[in-house]
Amino acid sequence: MISHEYPRILTAGDGCVVAEFGDSIDMGINSRVAALGQAVRKLAFPGLLDTVPTYRSLAVYFDPEVTDVDRLYKRMETLCREGGEGAAETVRRVILIPTLYGGDRGPDLEDVAGLLELSAEEVIKRHSSRDCYCYMLGFTPGFSYLGGMDPSLEVPRLKNPREIIPAGSVAIGGKQTGIYSIPSPGGWRLIGTTPMRMFDARRDPAIFLEAGMWVRFRPIEREEFARIDAESEAGSYRPEIIEEEVSQS
Amino acid sequence: MSPLVLSVQAPGMLTTVQDIGRWGAQGQGMPVAGAMDAQAFRMGNIIVGNREEDAGIEVTLMGPKLLVVEGEGIVAVTGAELGFSVNGHAVPNWTAVKIGEGDVLSFSAPRSGCRAYLCLSGGIDVPSVLGSRSTYTRAKVGGVEGRALKKGDRLPCGEPGPLWRRCAGFVCPEELRPRYDPAAPLRVIAGPQDDHFTPAGRETFYASEYTISNSADRMGYRLDGPVIEHEGAADIISDAIPLGAVQVPGHGQPIVMLADRQTTGGYTKIGVVCSVDMAALSQRLPGEKVRFVSVSLKDALALAREAGGKRQRLLELRAAWRSHPAPAVLPVEEITMPVTRGEVLLHLDGEAHSVTWEEIKEE
Repeated sequence: MISHEYPRILTAGDGCVVAEFGDSIDMGINSRVAALGQAVRKLAFPGLLDTVPTYRSLAVYFDPEVTDVDRLYKRMETLCREGGEGAAETVRRVILIPTLYGGDRGPDLEDVAGLLELSAEEVIKRHSSRDCYCYMLGFTPGFSYLGGMDPSLEVPRLKNPREIIPAGSVAIGGKQTGIYSIPSPGGWRLIGTTPMRMFDARRDPAIFLEAGMWVRFRPIEREEFARIDAESEAGSYRPEIIEEEVSQS
Repeated sequence: MSPLVLSVQAPGMLTTVQDIGRWGAQGQGMPVAGAMDAQAFRMGNIIVGNREEDAGIEVTLMGPKLLVVEGEGIVAVTGAELGFSVNGHAVPNWTAVKIGEGDVLSFSAPRSGCRAYLCLSGGIDVPSVLGSRSTYTRAKVGGVEGRALKKGDRLPCGEPGPLWRRCAGFVCPEELRPRYDPAAPLRVIAGPQDDHFTPAGRETFYASEYTISNSADRMGYRLDGPVIEHEGAADIISDAIPLGAVQVPGHGQPIVMLADRQTTGGYTKIGVVCSVDMAALSQRLPGEKVRFVSVSLKDALALAREAGGKRQRLLELRAAWRSHPAPAVLPVEEITMPVTRGEVLLHLDGEAHSVTWEEIKEE
């Protein structure tokens, strides 16, 4: 087994350097990634191109023709050391995802309920009553890797993945839940659809969700779905994002 | 005279609008895209008098047929040799040519390489999406409606630089162009997960010859060859995938990740191809061979700066050409005319204006 001292700095080619904080999916590790991301963006050094926070690491992209790479490595090391455990969350940003569950908008809801020996209503209740943490975005524009789904909703993935899953599909696969941001193939079970566009290039911002936000699914009916869908198509829909104090216990 | 407007008569195999890529939104899952052979693309823009970040056209193997329906300007093709011609007359690559209304730009057949860049003065003026005009077809973003060009598309160009006419006839000297030697090994910087492979696995990777499979596109090239042995698991917790990353999934066959790669993934990366060698790789086709050789980060950075230096030299030669558009082709190092040239960003009434200036010596 390979074991490492964390944090550690990894070379990822001549245009990217990675700071890695651990080898597990953990909110404490993830908050250190977020803190380092903010610190690096604040540096705004010549040649900085992009920062990509993931579960347990931060990738920093730079222009190898411009950036003083030795200096960047040293600053990353210093920032990792000084960053400590990362600030404890005091305010939680929660984005509400309006979701129409079941029917043609959630074709696998009945199957999921059957597998879990629960009623469809109970599946909806459990799925929408517990906030999920957005560790990172990736895979496709606006796709979020969420953690914290009610563990009683765990279901196996489909044996035969669908070739095309419509954008906005809310799905469960194993221990995870997620929202397909653009039409793509996939093997998760579809329990609902959000009329919100997780990704819309015409809009600013094109993607509302950010790593570190919390996601709360809000059950809606057909009427509200149609209204939000029309507003989303027109580009005027803005999701509800609420800030909640976190009780320090 | 108005800027160029082109109309697509035949689209070619895979013709897309590209620029230097969509940076800054990878953290939200947006791939970078952009020209696959970035050095050839940037040089094409310099040759026609553009800024390096202006949008141009990436042509794949079988090129398009384009008609100039309006205006006049300069065109140049860089990268692969795909048989470029204007009105049926062959035009060499890396050469600025004046074109105008009624002219037909076409490509006969591939001779060497895979991707050519058609750069036009003023750049292709499609809407910028998240700061870039690059086409990313999987999410239907950028370029013309987020897709490859098709018959009937209209391609307007932006306002060309003030000295564009003087670019006509300018040629990028051979020694400044990217090298596309099909036998040259690709230089790889080890990491970030080289420690997930056995010493024998790493030895296999650097000592073997791989063949580019048919599964090779703008997203990545899957390679076939000897199996690379992992130490422990082949999967990692998903992290960022840089350009040129060599992923090795559980089956042990490498995949080199390219312009349209997904932003994150969960396979181990044994190394990353150095940025300057992405030009040569982008020009190779399925069936061609690939070898890898180790390079230090320090040496890779020196190579990257050398590539940047070549573009600087091309800018200087362009300025010299604009002063003395002499037909004589002098060896690069003999052109030593002191060039005064610069660029400033002016902010006026809240708007940013890029002002370029260049001293022109009249005969």
